[in-house]
Amino acid sequence: MTVLIEARDVRFSFGNTPALRGATLAVEAGEILAVMGPSGSGKSTLLHCLAGILVPDSGEIRFGGTRLDTMNETTRSTLRRSRFGFVFQFGQLVPELTAAENVALPLLLGGERRAPALRRAHGWFERLGLAGKPDRRSGELSGGEAQRVALARALVTRPEVLFADEPTGALDSLTGEQVMDLLVAVAREQGTTVVLVTHEPRVAAYADREVIVRDGRVNAPDRIGS
Amino acid sequence: MSVPLTLLGLLERQPSHGYDLKRDYDSFFGRGRPLPYGQVYSTLSRLARDGKVVISDVEPGAGPDRKRYVITDRGATEVDQWLTQPVEPEPHLQTVLFAKVVLALMLDRPAGEYLDAQRRSHLQRMRELTELKRGGGLVDALLADHGLYHLEADLRWIETTAARLDALKRTVRP
Repeated sequence: MTVLIEARDVRFSFGNTPALRGATLAVEAGEILAVMGPSGSGKSTLLHCLAGILVPDSGEIRFGGTRLDTMNETTRSTLRRSRFGFVFQFGQLVPELTAAENVALPLLLGGERRAPALRRAHGWFERLGLAGKPDRRSGELSGGEAQRVALARALVTRPEVLFADEPTGALDSLTGEQVMDLLVAVAREQGTTVVLVTHEPRVAAYADREVIVRDGRVNAPDRIGS
Repeated sequence: MSVPLTLLGLLERQPSHGYDLKRDYDSFFGRGRPLPYGQVYSTLSRLARDGKVVISDVEPGAGPDRKRYVITDRGATEVDQWLTQPVEPEPHLQTVLFAKVVLALMLDRPAGEYLDAQRRSHLQRMRELTELKRGGGLVDALLADHGLYHLEADLRWIETTAARLDALKRTVRP
């Protein structure tokens, strides 16, 4: 297996409050990794550092062998848009846009013309179990439906990595399962590496392995195959 | 799983041969642990002896499969009582997990490492059950869910206990 993302001794503080105190982690290409831990353990901060949203105070983040933490914001922003996908817990859809336009958004931002981008977006809706709903706005979708649309938007560009932060946190168990079934199925098909932050064991059970973040450090004694 | 009561319940649907009962038991309740024929027929014999089933007719030929069993009123009453009574909740505080943690602390062994190992083991089992759900039908999913929710409850206990190990150690090792 090839290491795609690596964090080495990463430290990050919010003002005087340390969130990461030397986190070290390797994510293999194509794996689905669950990052677990209690509230306030630093797991979301770690995801934000791995994804180049936050820059660590010290330590290294590498993506495909290249230092991410030393890139400037413009380069990191381009990388995030072109090679990463994101799905969060709440409020991700643009309410003024239809569901299909939301899915097409990353394609449009990447320079694709409107008509083909929307055609590609429409192609997702049967898979999402939302045939007949691409023209709805987010206010006309249930929580689970909106989250599936957000997932399609995150994956429509076929990103190398999907960063998912509590993607089912606002959903009931059954609806959450539908989202996770879809997430895992598409990620496996596309070969997308997934970093999944969750405090729910039932969600983590969809991953290939888990690491536990506690007090800003990663407890990952066993790597794949060991 | 009570085999006699489950077979009785299956018989309440319709009179059946032992073979049919075994097939239905295996497909709905066996889940990889099929009921041996011997157990099916010995159970049916006991149920007949106790007046909970009767043999309605015996087809010509040899072998136990020729008998057709019918549930009696007594059998149906027992099924009804069983299905309406809740199962005794398990005494969770006496589980082996609890005993291991407390003993580890008493003996000054690394209880945290044990809990980490137990968490990995639980999550591995949850992964297997999740895979089973994703590849199986609704019956598999419901059975896997039962296991998943119980394992999840254990994991919550593991997390809470891990956060309280120092306090627990002061309590059990004053």
